[in-house]
Amino acid sequence: MTVDLPMPRIGPLNDDAPRPIKIVLNWGRRYSLWVFNFGLACCAIEFIAGSMARHDFIRLGVIPFAPSPRQADLMIVSGTVTDKMAPAIRRLYDQMPEPKYVISFGSCANSGGPYWDSYCVTKGVDQLMPVDVYVPGCPPRPEALLQGIIRLQEKITSETLSSKGMRAKYAGSRRAASGEVTRPLLSKPEVAGRDTAGVPS
Amino acid sequence: MLVVAHLVLRGRSKRWNSPVSGGVHGTRRSVMFRVREHGRAAPHPPMWHRPPRPIRPVTRLTGVNPYLTVGGAVLAGILLFVAGMAVRWLVAPQAPTAMKFKTYECGVDPVGEGWAQTNVRYFLYAFLYVIFAVDAIYLFPWATIIRSADLGMASLAEMGIFIGVVLVGLAHAARRGLLRWV
Repeated sequence: MTVDLPMPRIGPLNDDAPRPIKIVLNWGRRYSLWVFNFGLACCAIEFIAGSMARHDFIRLGVIPFAPSPRQADLMIVSGTVTDKMAPAIRRLYDQMPEPKYVISFGSCANSGGPYWDSYCVTKGVDQLMPVDVYVPGCPPRPEALLQGIIRLQEKITSETLSSKGMRAKYAGSRRAASGEVTRPLLSKPEVAGRDTAGVPS
Repeated sequence: MLVVAHLVLRGRSKRWNSPVSGGVHGTRRSVMFRVREHGRAAPHPPMWHRPPRPIRPVTRLTGVNPYLTVGGAVLAGILLFVAGMAVRWLVAPQAPTAMKFKTYECGVDPVGEGWAQTNVRYFLYAFLYVIFAVDAIYLFPWATIIRSADLGMASLAEMGIFIGVVLVGLAHAARRGLLRWV
């Protein structure tokens, strides 16, 4: 499948805007983060608690439960990412509009967590896509998510988007797709000098 | 003057709330009962004694063609949409991938086309939906005008005809055995 992709660019008004306008645009971006909740395991419960009245990340401008990735600015991967789920996560990340941000929430999404030696768990969601903020914990408390959101907002505040910078960022990497993170089925390792067939593991 | 009166009144109410007020060493509950007996708080008349509220007429610009109002609303909607898309084009960054142009299908590859066939027997669900849900959509607005002087009786007759037609459909559904449990 060949698609003629347009060059990465930023809107002309933003590219040539004076610095105060860029500050205002960044201000708008960081306080209207529509979040796409990728809840995969128990960390998603903490995420939901963060969205509810007690912790309430909506006061930070984070609006939960975007109907689809097309409406989302921020993806929070909370839970254990498996190799079978990996292509779907990558595909949904690709379908989000720019600028898009990712928070990896919890040990499993950071590094595989307690399942680091499993045959089917992806060792961190940053193997699939760029991650902006890592929130440690197993599971992290909702306050940790609030802290992660504030760190992300600080990052958005300090970033300056430009067409040149975007072309440098995405140079050569826009061919990445869900197919690249799909792996074939695993087979039993061959041990030299030993017949492993029929031996229960 | 007002402040002084406020303080005096507050002081009085404080004293009522204190358990040693007025020589009656009662609880807060008994104090509250005494306040009510003195009739300080005028009780509301019961709901069934209130006269029905008059029905307000629909707000409408006088001297303006109603179609002009509708046209203005449609124009404002189109302008809002165009303005939103234009600002997005002027401001937003774009770095699309091939996957971004694909149909959103919950993270899996889309299969087939947008058009799909459905078994014809599911028309029964559409049938019952029209009878019960669409019926209710027309009944609720009717409830707001049924007491008005000019439309009340006419709408009663018209809704009678409508419900009659719907009931014919319901009878048909019952005859075909669609309302049986299991």
